[in-house]
Amino acid sequence: MSKKIFALFSVLMVATMLLTACGPKATPTKAPVVTEAPVVTEAPPAAFECTDAIGCVDVAPGDPVHIAYLLVVAGPNETLGIDSRNGIEIAIDDSGGMILDHDVKFDGEDGGCAAEGGQAAGTKLAADTSIVAVIGTSCSSEARAAEPLLSAAGFVVISPSNTAPDLTEAGNKNNYPGYLRTAHNDKIQGAVAAKFAWEFLGVKSAATIHDGSLYADKLQAVFADNFKQMGGTITLQTAVDPNQTDMASVMADIATGTPELIYFPIFLPAGGLIVRQAKTTPGLENTKLMGADGLFSPDVVTAAGDDVEGFMVSSPLLTGAAYDEFVAKYETKFGKKPISIFHAHAYDAYMMIKAAIEAVAVVDADGTLHIGRQALRDAMYATKDFSGLTGVLTCTATGDCANPTIGAYQYHKGTYPPELIWPE
Amino acid sequence: MLRTFRQRITITDIVIWAIGLAIAIMVVWGTISTLQSGKYATGTWLDLTIKGLAVGGVYALIAMGYTLVYGILRMINFAHSEVFMSGPFTAVFLANALAQSGFLNKQPLLSMLLITLLSMAVSAVVAMLLERIAYRRLRYAPRLVPLITAIGASFFLQYVFRGLYGSGFKGYPTVTSLQGSWNFLGIEVYKTQIVVIISAILMMVILYGIVQWTKIGRAMRAVSEDKEAAELMGINVDRIIVFTFVLGGASAGAAGILYILLFPVVWFFMGFIPSIKAFTAAVLGGIGNVAGAFVGAMLLGLLESIGPNLFLDGLGVVNPSQLKDAIAFIVLVLILIFRPSGILGERVTQTKA
Amino acid sequence: MLRKSSIWVEAIRNGLIGGTVALLLCLVGIVVALGQKMIVSGVISMGQILAFAPILIFAYTNARRATTKTVDTLLLGAVAGLSSGVILAALIGLGQVINLRAMFVNASPDLYKLLTFGLTLGPGIALLLGVAAIIGLTGVALFLLPARIRGTLIQAIIWVTLIGLLRELIVTVTRSWGPVAPLVKWMFARSGLTLLGATFLLALIGGLTYWRNSRPKQAQVSKRNPKQQQWIRWGTLAILGLIMIILPRIVGPFFSDILDNVGLYILMGLGLNIVVGFAGLLDLGYVAFFAIGAYTMGVLTSPELAANPLTYWQALPIALGVAVLSGFLLGLPVLKMRGDYLAIVTLGFGEIVRLLVLSDWLRPWLGGTQGIQLIAHPVIGPLDFGSQQMLYYVILVGIAIAAFIAIRLKDSRLGRSWMALREDEDVAKAMGINHVTTKLLAFASGAFFAGLGGTLFAAKLSSAYPQSFQFLVSINVLSLIIIGGMGSIPGVLVGGLVLMGLPEILREFAEYRYLVYGALLVAMMLTRPEGLWPEARRRLELHEEQDLALQQESQPVMKNPGQ
Repeated sequence: MSKKIFALFSVLMVATMLLTACGPKATPTKAPVVTEAPVVTEAPPAAFECTDAIGCVDVAPGDPVHIAYLLVVAGPNETLGIDSRNGIEIAIDDSGGMILDHDVKFDGEDGGCAAEGGQAAGTKLAADTSIVAVIGTSCSSEARAAEPLLSAAGFVVISPSNTAPDLTEAGNKNNYPGYLRTAHNDKIQGAVAAKFAWEFLGVKSAATIHDGSLYADKLQAVFADNFKQMGGTITLQTAVDPNQTDMASVMADIATGTPELIYFPIFLPAGGLIVRQAKTTPGLENTKLMGADGLFSPDVVTAAGDDVEGFMVSSPLLTGAAYDEFVAKYETKFGKKPISIFHAHAYDAYMMIKAAIEAVAVVDADGTLHIGRQALRDAMYATKDFSGLTGVLTCTATGDCANPTIGAYQYHKGTYPPELIWPE
Repeated sequence: MLRTFRQRITITDIVIWAIGLAIAIMVVWGTISTLQSGKYATGTWLDLTIKGLAVGGVYALIAMGYTLVYGILRMINFAHSEVFMSGPFTAVFLANALAQSGFLNKQPLLSMLLITLLSMAVSAVVAMLLERIAYRRLRYAPRLVPLITAIGASFFLQYVFRGLYGSGFKGYPTVTSLQGSWNFLGIEVYKTQIVVIISAILMMVILYGIVQWTKIGRAMRAVSEDKEAAELMGINVDRIIVFTFVLGGASAGAAGILYILLFPVVWFFMGFIPSIKAFTAAVLGGIGNVAGAFVGAMLLGLLESIGPNLFLDGLGVVNPSQLKDAIAFIVLVLILIFRPSGILGERVTQTKA
Repeated sequence: MLRKSSIWVEAIRNGLIGGTVALLLCLVGIVVALGQKMIVSGVISMGQILAFAPILIFAYTNARRATTKTVDTLLLGAVAGLSSGVILAALIGLGQVINLRAMFVNASPDLYKLLTFGLTLGPGIALLLGVAAIIGLTGVALFLLPARIRGTLIQAIIWVTLIGLLRELIVTVTRSWGPVAPLVKWMFARSGLTLLGATFLLALIGGLTYWRNSRPKQAQVSKRNPKQQQWIRWGTLAILGLIMIILPRIVGPFFSDILDNVGLYILMGLGLNIVVGFAGLLDLGYVAFFAIGAYTMGVLTSPELAANPLTYWQALPIALGVAVLSGFLLGLPVLKMRGDYLAIVTLGFGEIVRLLVLSDWLRPWLGGTQGIQLIAHPVIGPLDFGSQQMLYYVILVGIAIAAFIAIRLKDSRLGRSWMALREDEDVAKAMGINHVTTKLLAFASGAFFAGLGGTLFAAKLSSAYPQSFQFLVSINVLSLIIIGGMGSIPGVLVGGLVLMGLPEILREFAEYRYLVYGALLVAMMLTRPEGLWPEARRRLELHEEQDLALQQESQPVMKNPGQ
C-alpha cells in the first residue's frame, strides 16, 4: 500500500517539476501607453520602446526591483556567503529598501562553493527574467560554471569575493561580458603583499602555505612570483588541509629552509593554528607570519591566543567612520560582528548596482521603470570614483572595480581589529 | 609439501603480500633517503616525537570509547566522533566565561577541572542518549543495520550541534600558567604537551584499573564475553552497556579537553578525522583491548607526526604533509590485512560476522 | 498495581521529554527557519507545527502507555502537554534575563516571538502554556478515538501539511489549468492554504481515506489474468518512458539541471545498490570511483593535461576500465574484513583518493587544487550533448543500461551468490561460493557505474575540482539507497527522486539537509530497515524475528501430549 503512495509521490514530483516549467514564467509587464501630452520640462516618451542591445527589464508600478544573489550560504563555507549576504541586507536597509521608489526584492540561490552548485544556481537564476542584477558568486569555481549562464541571460553580475585573475582577464575564456567584482584581483593583492614583505619588512626569503582552495593557491602563487622577481628566494611552497589542526609536519618542513617570513593566505581554523604552532616549532619561533584577508577576523584572536602578537595580514583598507558605523549596524542586526572580510565588498557591490540603475533607468509617468540591460552593464563598467566602504572604486573595462590600495595590518594580543601598519 | 603450500596460497594472497612488500620497501627507502640527506636536525625529530606522543595521548582516550563499545556490542560506534566533539564544543562557553571573569587565570587548576568535568559530562550524556535511542533496540539486528544507524546518528548529531552553536569556529582562551616551556635535551618541551601526555597516561591507567580490577569492570568483561551467560549470572546487561557507553563518552570528553590544549579551536566538524584515527589506533593495538588502545594510539601518533617527513619526503613527494591523513588510513588497511588482531591481540571472542 | 501518583509522574516525565525535544528543535533553528512558511495562512506555520508536534507525539505515547482509560487520561494528557509547555516557557523566560544567544545562536527574539504567538511576554507565555495543554489533550483524544477515525485524521492532517508546504509548486503548476485554477486560487493564500481551503481539503481527504479504509480489502489487480497484468505493466512502462523522453524539452534548462543531478545520483545509487544492497558490503568510499571516473575522463580529454586529447567516447571505455580496475584493487585488501571494518576502510579509501587528487604532489598530472578544465562532452556527429537538456538523454540511457544490468544481475547466478554472501558468509563459503571472485565482482560492478557517473559529471561541468568529491557524496548515495530500499531497484529510483529532489523544492530545508538525512536514516533503521520500497527478500530477512515471534504467538498453546 505504502509502496504505491511513494510511487505516486515520486511521479507527482516529476509531474510537478514538468508542469512547473509549463507554467508561465515571470514575464516583464508591458508599460501602458501614455497618451497624454508630454510635460514640458522632461519629455517622457509616448510609449517606451526598448532600444537596448540585450533587452530591457520593465518594472511595473508596485512591483519590486529584483536583485538576486548567488552566494554560498549553506554547507562548510557558508560563513563566506552569509557574511556577504548580510552586508547586502544592510546596504538595502541603508538605502531604505528601495530603488527609485520601487521595493527591492532580494533573494537568491546557494552556490555551495563548487562548480556543480554554481551551475545549478546559475541555471535557475538565468531562467528568471525579472532579475536585474546578480550579486555573486562567492567562490571562483562557482563563477566559472555560473558565469556563462548568467552572462547569456543578460544580467549584470558583480562579485564581492571572487579573486581569481582569469575571470577579468581580457581574452580569457572565463571572462564573460557583464561580470564585475569589488573584490581584489589576486594579482594585485599578491603583488602588494610581496612588495610589503620585500620593502617594508625587508625579508629576503619566504615560504608559502595554501590550503587547497583556488583562492589561496592562486594568491600564494602570485606572491611567490612577485617576490622572486624582486630578488627574494622562496624556500618552500607547501599546503595544508583546510580543516587540519596538527601542523607539526608542515612546520618542520618549512623550518628546514629557515625562511624569514611565512605567507599563508588561508582561513580558519588552519590559519590560526599555524600562527600558534609556528611559535612552538624549533627554528620558526621568530619567523614573521603573514596572512591575507581570509584571516582578518575576530576569531583569529581567539584561535591564536597570545601568539597572535605580531601576526600580519593584508587586507583592503577598511577604516573610517563609515566602516565603523557599518560594523555597528551589522552587530545590531545580526547579533555578532562580521565574520569574514567580504561583507564590505558586498555592501559596495549593492550600492554600485543601485547607483547604476538610478543612472540608466527610464521612468515612465506612471512610475514604470525600464532598465536597459546593456545600458546597465555599460554604466557599471563606467563607474568611476565611487565612494564605497572599501575605498574609492573605479571599474576597469574588464570588470575589476576594487580599490587597489591594500593595507597591511598587525594583530596585537587580545585586541581586534588589528592595527594598520602600512601604508602609513 | 610444496603442493599443500601452493594449495593454501591463492593469487590474492600473493598480490597482497606483494603490495605489502612494496610499501615496506618504499618506507625503508624513503627513511634512509631522508636521514641521509640530513634535511632535518635531530632537534626537529625529537620535537616531532614529543608532538606525536601528545597527539597519541588524545587518540588513546578517544580510542577507549571505540574499543569498549566494540568489545561489548561488536559494533563500531560511528557516532563516537560526535560524542568526542560535543564535550569541548560545549565546554568552550564555560571556558570563555571563566576567562572573561578572570577566574581562569586566578584559579587555573580549578577552572580546568570544571571545564573538564563539564566536557566529560556532556559527552557521557550524548553517549548515553545514543545508546538509549539509537542502539538499544538494534542489539540483535543484522550487522548492517546498527552500522547505518550509527552513521545516521553521527550526521544527525553533527548538524544538531551545528544548529545549536553555529557553524563558526570557537577558540579556547589561553591559560597563562600553561604557557611556556622547559628546555630538555636541547629542545623546547612545552607545558601543554607535558600536561597532555601525563594526563593521558594517568587516565588510561585509571580506565585500565576500572576495567581490570573493579567489580563493574569484571561485569563489563563478562558481558563482552557472552551476553546471555552474563545475564544468567545475574548481571544487569542493560546497565552495564549503559555504563560502558558512559565510560567511553567520559573519556572522549576528557580527550576533547586535552585536544584543545594542543589545538584550541573547536567546531562542529572537528570530531571526524581525529575519531577515524582513534579508531585506527584501537584496531592497531587490538580492538577490545584497553592497553592495546594506548599502545596503538601512541604508535599512530608517532607515525603520523614523523611519517610524512621521514619517509614521504625521502621518496620525493612534494608537500608530504598534505598526505598525513592518508598515512593513517594506509596504516589501518595494512594492519587489517596483515595482522587484523592488532599488535597486542584482540580481546573479543570471535563471533560470527 | 500502579499507584495513581506514578501515572501522573509518568505523564509529567513524558511531557518533559516532549518539551525537551521541542526545545531542541527550536534551538537548532529549524523552527524559525520554517517559521515564515505558513501552512494555513494566518493560523499556523510549519515552524510552529515542528515546535508543537513533539508535544503532541509524546502526549500520545504517554496515553498509549497509560493503563486507565478514564477521564483522568484526558487530564493526564493536559498535564503532559503542560509540562512540555513549561520547558518552552522556561526558555523564553530565561532568554529575557540572560543573553542565551551568546551560546545558542538560534535563541533569538524571532524564536521567542514565534513561541509566544507574537504577544507580549506575560499573555504570550500564558497562551503558550494553554496551547501546550490543549495539544496534550488533543494527543490523548487522538489516542482515544477509534482506530479508523484516528488513522483517517492523521492521514488527512499529514496530506494537508504537505500540500501547504508545496504551495508554490502547486500554484505555479496549476496557474494555466483552466478549470482548476480558480479552485486553487481559492484554496491557497499568499503563503500556505487559506483557512477555508484547509478545512475543505481536510474534509475531502479525510472523507476519501475513511471511505477507502472502510471498504474490504480487495486484491483487484491480481484478479485479472496474467496477460492483462503484463499489458498493464508494459503500458505503464511505455507511457513513463515517453514522458521521460520528452521531459527536458518541456521543463527547460533549470529543471533539466536538477534532473541531471538526480539522474547521476540514481546512476550511482544503482551501482552502490549492487555493492551494499545485493552483496551486503558497506562501502563508504564510493565517491572514490566517482572521482576516478571523472578524473580519468579529465586527464584524457582535456587539452590542459593531455598531449593528444581524446573525445568523450574514445575516453569513456578507458575511464570505465580504470574505474573497474580500481574496484578490483579496492576489493582485494578488504576481502577478509568484517562489515564494520570494511566500512571504515572503504571510507579511508575514499579520503585517500580525494587527498591524492587534491595534492600538490600529483598536481602536474591531476591538476591539484585548480582542478581540470575543458573536459570534453559527448558528441555524436552533429549532436552535441553538452547542454543540460541534451546530457539528460545520455544520463537517461546510462540509467536504463544500469537498471537493466542490475535487474539481470539480481536474478543471475552471480546475484544469488551475492545475496547468499550477504545473508551468511560462512554458509555461503561452505556451499561452494568463491567469495573472492564474488566480492571482487561486486566492487567492480559498483565501480563501473560510479565511474560512468563520474565521466558524465565531468562532462556536465566541463571541469573537475577536488572539492566535488567529498565524503558527503558517498553519504548522499548511501542514504538514497537505504531510505529507498536496500537491494531494490525501484527503491533506488524513489530514493533518488525524494532525497535529491525534495531539497530543491523545499529550499528552507537546505541548511538542515543532513540533519534530516541523519534523522531519517536512524528512524528508518529503527522502524523500517528494508526501506520505503523494499525488496521482498530483504523484508523477510529483516523482519524474520518479528515474523517468527508472530508465528509462535499464534500457535496453539496445547501441545500434543503424545509428543
